[in-house]
Amino acid sequence: MNNQDLLNLINITVSFEGFLALNKLNLNLKKGELRAVIGPNGAGKTTFLDVITGKVKPTKGEVIFKGKSLVGRKEHKIARLGVGRKFQSPRIFENLTVKENLEISVTTPKSPLNLINKNIKDEQLNEIERLMKIVNLAQKVDSKAGSLSHGQKQWLEIAMLVGQKPDLMLVDEPVAGLTDEETDLTADLLKSLSGENTVVVIDHDMEFIRRLDSNVSVLNQGTVLCEGTMETIQKDKKVIDVYLGRPED
Amino acid sequence: MSLSKVKFDKKIVLSFWIILIALIIAAPTLLPVFRLNLLGRYLSLSIVALGVDLIWGYTGLLSLGQGIFFALGGYCAAMYLQITSSSEFPNNIPEFFALYGVEKLPFFWEPFRSPVFTFFAIWIIPALVAGLIGFLVFRNRIKGVYFSILTQASLLVFFNFFNGQQKLINGTNGLKTDVTQLFGQMVGSEFMQRIFFWITAILVIAAWFFAKWVVKGRFGNILIGIRDDEPRVRFTGYNPVIFKTIIFSIAGGLAGISGALYTVQSGIVSPQFMTVPFSIEMVIWVAVGGRGTLLGAILGAVFINYAKSLVSEALPASWMFIQGGLFILVVTALPEGVLGWIQGDGPRNLLQRFGLKRKIETYPSLEVNNKEGNNE
Repeated sequence: MNNQDLLNLINITVSFEGFLALNKLNLNLKKGELRAVIGPNGAGKTTFLDVITGKVKPTKGEVIFKGKSLVGRKEHKIARLGVGRKFQSPRIFENLTVKENLEISVTTPKSPLNLINKNIKDEQLNEIERLMKIVNLAQKVDSKAGSLSHGQKQWLEIAMLVGQKPDLMLVDEPVAGLTDEETDLTADLLKSLSGENTVVVIDHDMEFIRRLDSNVSVLNQGTVLCEGTMETIQKDKKVIDVYLGRPED
Repeated sequence: MSLSKVKFDKKIVLSFWIILIALIIAAPTLLPVFRLNLLGRYLSLSIVALGVDLIWGYTGLLSLGQGIFFALGGYCAAMYLQITSSSEFPNNIPEFFALYGVEKLPFFWEPFRSPVFTFFAIWIIPALVAGLIGFLVFRNRIKGVYFSILTQASLLVFFNFFNGQQKLINGTNGLKTDVTQLFGQMVGSEFMQRIFFWITAILVIAAWFFAKWVVKGRFGNILIGIRDDEPRVRFTGYNPVIFKTIIFSIAGGLAGISGALYTVQSGIVSPQFMTVPFSIEMVIWVAVGGRGTLLGAILGAVFINYAKSLVSEALPASWMFIQGGLFILVVTALPEGVLGWIQGDGPRNLLQRFGLKRKIETYPSLEVNNKEGNNE
């Protein structure tokens, strides 16, 4: 652990009635880093996000974010500290318009009094405009989010995540169900976000991960199997055994 | 599409206004005082229905215990009326106390000597009780059907408590208000009943504006967000517990006002206000009128109750069947309620079925159709 680190997961163990979803998992993230997390089904990828965001309390271990422990904090407090999350299937508010969805995410402070009393600030409106341009939804401002296509929903949720201005963005399978073109655009978008933000991307899609061109952590059976660049892990024997499989030729 | 919908909404709202104002002006002269009084009662019920719409229609909290707050408001009003009209009774306390040998006014009656205190108590006490119950329930993340069961259980607790306390609040007999005096007038008199009708009509409009203001903008959007996906709201940095407590408390306050108005117009408040079926009926009014429409809650409460009194006069035993049938019809055929159906694609689909309206075009000609929609 050093000062450059934004997030440290130390010996995290999560036990669901005896089943170890995470088993002594250690992971450190530097500020501004883009990190991909891959692993076979059931490796504990989503539980790993649940622990950071406060949805699941680790049985053992410690989560340190910006020098503060996150264990035992409520979800909304963790979100306010600067942890944003995009869910596996797009979780947007379908009965609200695109703009209203983004308003919810960019609004600060997130207190009832602020919401009922004042109009939205100009800078927040500008931010919404900017986000809608980035994700190509400017034409859909007043459409119900539920009427968007799957790809647009994914992008709206990414825009909502960015609008929250989190220091740490946790992105769970952002390209599931997207076309190749959309996948490439998403990869570029996430790359452009890192540097200023710290981004963790979870995905299965190897092409997509390769395009991210980042460090990769491979999870297996609730623990980090291997860490390194895409080239390193592709050569790693353990990784090949459990996940990548041997080339057919 | 969205533009034509806005225009359509405006038409509904405008015609509602015209009808409402016409009704309020005409009713006291047109209707015999008996009917006027009934209309006034049903209008006051529409305020509690507005609260149910806020918590259920917008926030997704199905409360089966709104009768608690309704009755609390009614008791506050009745206690004031009883105590100010008790000067000729023994010990200068309300008449019923003598039946149970109580000689000294219970302490919690004292503040109700003040009209100012009562004015605030009518809505603040139910709001506080609702806020407290709500906070404890929401903090423990009790939701869905468990929330409904819990509110119903609380209702039963309150019912049994009020029912059993003869020495404090006259127990199961309740508190009568129609023979009490308010500002030198008999509360049950024709003159006062007309005044109560006006007050009720004005308060319904005020409550409607207030509810609209609450659900407008980002605050209302968070409520809808909580209804549709509460964990997502949490992960965006909002604390749903506070939002739910606030809205539940607002609904409680509205229920209190509603209960007070209902009490002075029906002449009595009793633990019957806290029976299980009555609180469920409140939910039915909103379901039939249209969840999440506000206006639907008002119309649902007034029309169903008016229908109830008309049907009960003609065929005394059949109302329960009709109400049950109405509820089943709405749940199966019009899940959005009558107003939700009108505001949605309902009328269009119906006209289409009879060949009176062109079918909605699908993808290739969608753009064209959209333009037409805007010109409607």
